[in-house]
Amino acid sequence: MSLKSKLHTIKEKYRGTKMAPAFNALHTFLYLPNETTHNGTHIKAADDLKRTMNTVIMAMVPCLIFGMFNAGYQHHLALGTIESAQGFLGASFWTWDNLVIGLWKVLPLVVVSYGVGLAIEFLFAVIKGHEVEEGYLVTGMLVPLIVPIDLPLWMLAVAVAFGVVIGKEVFGGTGMNILNPALTIRAFLFFAYPTWMSGDKVWVHGAVERAGTADAISGETILGSYAQNNSVVYDYWDMFWGIIPGSVGETSKLLILFGALFLIFTKIGSWRIILSTIIGALTMGLFFNAVVDAGWISSSSKFFGLMSVPFWQHLIIGSILFGAVFMATDPVTAAQTNKGKWIYGFLIGFISIMIRVFNPAYPEGVFLAILLMNVFAPTIDHYVVQGNVKKRMKRLKVKTA
Amino acid sequence: MGLLSKKDAKLITDPLADNNPITIQVLGICSALAITAELKASLVMGIAVLFVLGIGNVVISLMRNIIPSKIRIIVQLIVVASLVIIVDQVLKAFAYELSKTLSVFVGLIITNCIIMGRFEAFALGNGPWKAFLDGVGNALGYAVILLVVGFFRELLGSGTLFGIPVLGDPIEKTGLYSTGYENNGFMLMPPMALIIVGLIIWVQRSRNTTLIED
Repeated sequence: MSLKSKLHTIKEKYRGTKMAPAFNALHTFLYLPNETTHNGTHIKAADDLKRTMNTVIMAMVPCLIFGMFNAGYQHHLALGTIESAQGFLGASFWTWDNLVIGLWKVLPLVVVSYGVGLAIEFLFAVIKGHEVEEGYLVTGMLVPLIVPIDLPLWMLAVAVAFGVVIGKEVFGGTGMNILNPALTIRAFLFFAYPTWMSGDKVWVHGAVERAGTADAISGETILGSYAQNNSVVYDYWDMFWGIIPGSVGETSKLLILFGALFLIFTKIGSWRIILSTIIGALTMGLFFNAVVDAGWISSSSKFFGLMSVPFWQHLIIGSILFGAVFMATDPVTAAQTNKGKWIYGFLIGFISIMIRVFNPAYPEGVFLAILLMNVFAPTIDHYVVQGNVKKRMKRLKVKTA
Repeated sequence: MGLLSKKDAKLITDPLADNNPITIQVLGICSALAITAELKASLVMGIAVLFVLGIGNVVISLMRNIIPSKIRIIVQLIVVASLVIIVDQVLKAFAYELSKTLSVFVGLIITNCIIMGRFEAFALGNGPWKAFLDGVGNALGYAVILLVVGFFRELLGSGTLFGIPVLGDPIEKTGLYSTGYENNGFMLMPPMALIIVGLIIWVQRSRNTTLIED
């Protein structure tokens, strides 16, 4: 008997019982179900929720693999055991040693994220008696990519439980959430355990446990250096290739752009949101550059370091690009109307850079900006729709008059 | 209950559970969010509201037939304000540190919707004994939620209860902290109090489904 028919028998056996959703989820995740719709016309489409989710995951896998290599590379580089890699294909980057450390540190994050999150999804499906929804598949992949490498696993587990229950299940599960669950998880971590989520010790594996000893290493992110008016040792290409310290999966702008093209090509991600976020960020960056050029701010000001960053560089430092491509485009929490998407994305980019420059306590404001705009997305849509209604009413009046 | 008739006892027990001022009527939320980071502050706040609401309800109930209805809100405000000043002065005299922690929120008891709500809804239409029981019941219902929220916030946020460390020393890394546990800083922020109140509402309504609206 094949696995498929075995699963089918199990499913039949538990039909109508409390545990049915759990078995159904396993069955439909692996195979196409045997049932067909019985009556009425229906549309057959290949891009169901599962396919959508898997496409996004595929777009993120390069970032994850790169993140593993980068984790090991940053660790060895900080220890001084390897030379710095020159460029994306540097000999000291794509090594087995780097990958081993990456696997050792990143895989547990992935496992905990999926394990805890899916356990809660299954639990709620069984209690509420609905089918398990695929929404967590993407969240579970996003979470390990947006946390620092050395984050204790129990903290991640607590945060995932919080994010899935408070961010999603209380609103009714996948498709009903107001806030992006992955960002809810990151926000929880950021406010609950700030010492593990920011500073110059958490971005390189081993930096925390070595702090205060003779072997101390540090890995300041580029934003951290700018915020303290320190000089930055990385050049632009390093930032673009992603061989810099940062959260696990957000460093490589090149691979994020590949992911973005893939999402746009498969029509899963909205190019309007991605583009308008970038435009918003550039606008704010240009504005700050103008302030610096006009001499309105002295070089001793604490904002000078970040304000004087050339506007286009804001895109390759920090996680604005990752946020724009994988977070802002979440179809559930983003604005739905086309005009609304432009406004929504523009404000995300605009506010991200504003927080980044003006609030030294939050060196990166992308996640806060996206969460804020998640809240406003329905309002934006409402006014776009109302504006449309008004326009049409006017046209109607002109015609009848 | 020999002391109270069944109807009177309901005045006290109802607000504790199925008609709780915070979780069902959703009143008095601001103070519940602001001062529950410590259990001690929650307790003192609960007692202060108990005093103000218990006595205030009786006073309003006694005056209910002589207050012209056009200016009743002003009269009610004066009664609350006088009582709150008493509480504030007592706190300043005998528990200065605590009154500093509670700061402006003692004064803001005046604007606590539970108090004005009970005056309007109950004391204006019932005798002093009943009004007293109603005031005590509602204040206790408020205090219970404050204590529950304060318990979780102080335990998970600072690792202490009433200021006494119960999980070990976070700096010396003893007790639970030696295993790598850390205090949850989010618990000390007001948004977390809102979420805990939300969770209490969730638990309460799933236990008693008649409370769910529409």
